[in-house]
Amino acid sequence: MQFWIIQSLNSLALGGVLFLLASGFSLIFGLMRLANLAHGALFMVGAYIGANLLRKYAFIDLWMAALLSGLMVAAAGGLLERLVLRRLATNPLGQVLVTLGVSFIIADACLMVWGGDPIPVPTPSYLRRPLFVVGFAFPAYRVVVVGIAIATAIGLYLLLERTRLGAMIRAGVDDMDMARAVGIPVSKLFTAVFCLGAGIAGAAGVLAGPILSAYPGLDADMLPLALIVVILGGIGSLVGAFVGSFIIGFIYTFGTALVPDLAYVILFLPMIFIIAYSPQGLFGRMAT
Amino acid sequence: MRSSGINARAWCTLANEALRLDGVHSYYGDSHVLQGVSFALEAGKLLALLGRNGAGKTTCISSIVGLVPPREGTIRLFGQRISGLQPENISRMGIGLVPQGRRIFQSLNVRENLLVARQRERTRPDPWTIERVYDMFPRLQERHHQMAGSLSGGEQQMLAIGRALMGNPSVLLMDEPSEGLAPLIVAEVGRTISRLRDEGQTIVLVEQNSKLALDLADSAVILTTGRCVFHGAASQLRADESIIAQNLGVFQGHS
Repeated sequence: MQFWIIQSLNSLALGGVLFLLASGFSLIFGLMRLANLAHGALFMVGAYIGANLLRKYAFIDLWMAALLSGLMVAAAGGLLERLVLRRLATNPLGQVLVTLGVSFIIADACLMVWGGDPIPVPTPSYLRRPLFVVGFAFPAYRVVVVGIAIATAIGLYLLLERTRLGAMIRAGVDDMDMARAVGIPVSKLFTAVFCLGAGIAGAAGVLAGPILSAYPGLDADMLPLALIVVILGGIGSLVGAFVGSFIIGFIYTFGTALVPDLAYVILFLPMIFIIAYSPQGLFGRMAT
Repeated sequence: MRSSGINARAWCTLANEALRLDGVHSYYGDSHVLQGVSFALEAGKLLALLGRNGAGKTTCISSIVGLVPPREGTIRLFGQRISGLQPENISRMGIGLVPQGRRIFQSLNVRENLLVARQRERTRPDPWTIERVYDMFPRLQERHHQMAGSLSGGEQQMLAIGRALMGNPSVLLMDEPSEGLAPLIVAEVGRTISRLRDEGQTIVLVEQNSKLALDLADSAVILTTGRCVFHGAASQLRADESIIAQNLGVFQGHS
């Protein structure tokens, strides 16, 4: 019984982390039709920046580190979009190769700068005490991560559905050419959305730090999970990313706990079937 | 990349010339659709752009708004060169588009469709607002929270017109606004266009329904396989049906 409850709570925590990662990926893909394979690397570099801020400056706490790291990664993402990706707007294969190349470069740069040893990200002291959920001790921080993921989901939902900026983004997703023809500054919107998605990934790396820490290969561990989430949930759908994150959180957590040898099979087999038989995912709209 | 506007006025041959195309060549991939199209339009007038299917009317509109940038030739709006600019900048300089097939934003509600197209007011005494668009099309106000994709064809056309007006365009391009609509709605669209023209809106109207277009137009251009074969007063076409019969086919003009 304890096993199931603890693993369920772990699944929720992983789902929360995955949502923070996948929402940015999905947002960028939805508007720009750009599969940003550097998204996992942005998450990892965010984790490293946060871990080092916390190590070096005593006055910075986890939340401030996440904020600063998110801003830095957002700025880097904006540069990447403006200087490189924008030139590849009509070249999906080029985008895939370039973002993959960028992710390798980021991974090597992280290894060079911060070395090969994992850098722990300490949990804030006031969240170190376990929370008791129906009698079972559970790390309080993980509950907070789930809360942050839900708050982020609500924030993004309000941004997309309740603001003029969000309506402009949706108009661009609906019909890019028409959006431009009515004067929506699509190219500025692209940069803004890319910064936002990258920034969320960077902050997510820090927020996931107390659970995952910063280590070489974090990017390669996380990117496939994010891809599966958006394929399952429906590319470009925020609701899909949210539901997909928690589904994958459960599948991955229980998969690794119950049949560790087959964890990736359990994960990728459904993905293959979705791509082959239901490519729009759970909540996606087919591209017209 | 914006062309310098220093001497832009000097290019203007008429002080009130709103739109001028000079030797515009446009391609869809390898096919050479517009083969040197030139015409001009005076401010406050309505120009009917006519031609058979495939003559290049929609390509001409797409070239003006920048979605199919001309490979040769220039397009000027009040003397300022707009060809070569990005579509969003062309829109911001004052070109409004009511596209073929309406192309309203399906997953936005009616109000959002209008809101996203709002632009800073240009030098216009009575800028378009959502309220003014609702005054013109009360049906849209009744449905302002409805998803645009669920509107009827006629309502979608009203929304597409309202959306274009929200940008306070100095020149409004309307591509087949009567296409696929019931006769009663076509008449309403016709009244709307006529009202806009009477308010001084400069309009380029593309129509298969040449009777509707010529009844409203001051001047007309007929395209045949990407070339202008007629550019003159609409009254000339109304008086001499043979030009229409020759260039648009005998079935036109009686629908």
